[in-house]
Amino acid sequence: MILIQRPADITPSEITSEGLFRQRRNLIMASAGLLLGGGIAPATGVAAVSDFPGLKPGPFATDEEKTSFQAVTSYNNFYEFSTDKRQPAKLAKAFKSRPWTIAFGGEIAKQQRFDVDELIKKFPPQERIYRLRCVEAWSMVIPWVGIPLHRVLKALNPSSKAQYVRFETLLDPKQFPGQRGSLFGSSLDWPYVEGLRIDEAMHPLTLLAVGLYGRFMPNQNGAPIRLVVPWKYGFKSIKSIVKIDLVDKQPLNTWNRQAPREYGFYANVNPAVDHPRWSQARERRIGEWSKRPTLPFNGYAEQVAGLYQNLDLRTNF
Amino acid sequence: MENPAADLFLHAPTRQRRKLRWPPPAAVQVRWVTRSKPWLFLFCLTPLLLTLWDVYSHQLAADPIKDLTLRSGRWGLRLLWATLAITPLCYITKLRSLVRVRRMLGLFAWFYACLHLGIYLVLDQGLAWQFIGADISKRPYIVVGATTFTILSSLALTSTQGWVRRLGGKNWQRLHRLVYVAGITTSLHFFWLVKSDITRPMVYTLVLASLFLARILHHNARRQR
Ligand code: HEM
Repeated sequence: MILIQRPADITPSEITSEGLFRQRRNLIMASAGLLLGGGIAPATGVAAVSDFPGLKPGPFATDEEKTSFQAVTSYNNFYEFSTDKRQPAKLAKAFKSRPWTIAFGGEIAKQQRFDVDELIKKFPPQERIYRLRCVEAWSMVIPWVGIPLHRVLKALNPSSKAQYVRFETLLDPKQFPGQRGSLFGSSLDWPYVEGLRIDEAMHPLTLLAVGLYGRFMPNQNGAPIRLVVPWKYGFKSIKSIVKIDLVDKQPLNTWNRQAPREYGFYANVNPAVDHPRWSQARERRIGEWSKRPTLPFNGYAEQVAGLYQNLDLRTNF
Repeated sequence: MENPAADLFLHAPTRQRRKLRWPPPAAVQVRWVTRSKPWLFLFCLTPLLLTLWDVYSHQLAADPIKDLTLRSGRWGLRLLWATLAITPLCYITKLRSLVRVRRMLGLFAWFYACLHLGIYLVLDQGLAWQFIGADISKRPYIVVGATTFTILSSLALTSTQGWVRRLGGKNWQRLHRLVYVAGITTSLHFFWLVKSDITRPMVYTLVLASLFLARILHHNARRQR
């Protein structure tokens, strides 16, 4: 066994490739998180790592306590993998999130395809610490790394016909076991589709997130690129996006199509309008025992209530 | 003497041969059942013990209250199904004494249902009665859950020999037929609480249906005889 190696002994094939290095490091960090114990992993220990050198904090940050990295990456609603919230972390390990292309189309000057890393280079992301409120009445505080969506959209020169933005998740049953369905049908119609009104998409709060806790987006959180719309229920924040189209009609989003009585197009967080099967008045912040009141627009009313002045939020839930 | 076992059977005196026939005599069955009861008790307790271990070692999901709610509900359902499976098992195996484990299984189903409801009331809702009241009156899956719990409780409380005597065998039996209703309302509870994927409630309901079917087939066969 050779104990001392001269640098020249390291052949190029022994140098860990960037992607592999990242995978291994993620694995090591994930196991470190596990060792520190569920729910109590200190948020600071992981924030030190950065996949985004020179990352700067952006506006709108909440100073509430962040949900631990461990909880954020082990408790995921990601039906493409499984309807069980603990499964995505296990099933997403081998997910291939690079190379990854996003196709932009519809009412824009020129149809374009971007590699995700190209997009990150072109539109430097910022850190945005937002509340996330799931439609199932639980919530988290997550330090996202994201590109304000309006920057990307403006660069695409949308025409006046672009009234809505339609987003689509990757369709790949080989990688997404949840897309294969069972004897009794599939949990949802695939691919997952979401939509925003153009003014919602252009709002400075709306992000194309490419990471969290200073790292590239973990697979189970919607790698490599996902939407984050913090004043809407989590299901609006579509994951693993491959297609973004600017369109003239309101897109039919997946959950609205699945159960129109329960999930609307807008899905703004609203404590006054219950889900037919549970109350939306309160929520459980992950890591806390008792429930707390849910705030209108998830606490972002000051920024976004103006968008909905002429809209009846009871019928447009 | 090629096959000593067969030889023993063929040349055994009639008394001994009767002993080898299936089903074994009641006394033998009772001995088997009595011996396995402590193990069954322990088996029914393992989900609780494993869960307590997970609580202790921080292995519950990130939303521990939801995790506990789902686990207890799931085991309540499974043990209720196990309770309902005993009679068909008696028919199939011809081991009539198996019914002697039915009460224990039923009581364990009720026990997990109590934990389930307790977790919901205390941990999930924090005993906020205005919210609980709204949940019970407005949400169909909670209504059927509460119906199931009421049925299971009344069956558990009247499960003793004393209550059989007090009610009279016929009435007692009539009351305890409500367990079929509890099976159906548990299925409904499950169907109405899932968000989109009905695979799990469907599978459990098919199992329940086949348990019911086994009883119906047995009764029809007996009537024709
Ligand atoms: C008043 C009585 C009851 C209440 C308030 C209640 C409430 C609940 C709640 C809140 C959930 C979680 C739903 C979700 O968010 O996903 C649940 C799930 C469940 N409950 Fe109940 N429940 C009751 C009675 C019962 C009974 C008596 C049983 C069965 C013996 C039962 C079996 C289940 C099952 C199987 C689940 C789903 C577990 C899973 O998804 O794996 N529940 N119940």
